[in-house]
Amino acid sequence: MAEIPILRIGDCLLVSIQVDMHDQLALALQDDLTQRIVTDRARGVMIDISALEIVDSFIGRMLNNIAAMSKVLDAVTVVVGMRPAVAITLVELGLGLTGVRTALNVDKGLALIRRIIDNPERGDADRER
Amino acid sequence: MQTESDDTMPLRTSDDVVRVRQAVRARAVAIGFSLVDQTKIVTAASEIGRNTVDYGGGGEMRIEVVRNGQRRGVRLTFSDAGPGIRDIDQAMRDGYTTGNGLGLGLSGAKRLCNEFDIRSVPGTGTTVTIARWT
Repeated sequence: MAEIPILRIGDCLLVSIQVDMHDQLALALQDDLTQRIVTDRARGVMIDISALEIVDSFIGRMLNNIAAMSKVLDAVTVVVGMRPAVAITLVELGLGLTGVRTALNVDKGLALIRRIIDNPERGDADRER
Repeated sequence: MQTESDDTMPLRTSDDVVRVRQAVRARAVAIGFSLVDQTKIVTAASEIGRNTVDYGGGGEMRIEVVRNGQRRGVRLTFSDAGPGIRDIDQAMRDGYTTGNGLGLGLSGAKRLCNEFDIRSVPGTGTTVTIARWT
């Protein structure tokens, strides 16, 4: 089974999903990331989904789970690069990804993570434009 | 209504679900679906295909390209010989699941398609047909 690489940049972990994931691969990524947050003492997790052509309810649940688990482990997860057609479809599917922070691209995602880590009280209200 | 192509693919593993997504994408591109329409039908196929594997114990998907006058469409028929669904109205409700998913598969897929039909006989199996038109 091909693994999805997890890169570390400072105190953040970066994952760029470049393949059409089958369900076991998505679950493996969820487990790997949760482990790495602890072993690397990461404060931020950025998941780049710009290469994903669809996000169905299974992948959506994985993103929600990663965001929830990282929160429990005192890290913040930001999902970046969602394609417009994917966003339209996701909302129609009924999946709002309510627990997941998003940013348009990697740059904005890193800036958002940095701001939330440095300023946890204001992080929620102070969103990147 | 004419059928322009008609193929059947196995649906036994989550790898098969990936192959189904790719096949549906290829047909949707070939008949000129917009990017949003491609994404909707592929996402719907992924949801129903996963149900066939996870709840139906595996089965198959028939994939047809159909034409009705000027309009072309993709019609997908998912069938399994699994335990069936006792209460279809309940299964179609947002948030209802007997597994550990989000309960959005059937109801969400229906919203993403132009046509949706589900037939199920407890103990015999389930067939779901969806279609999307250009």
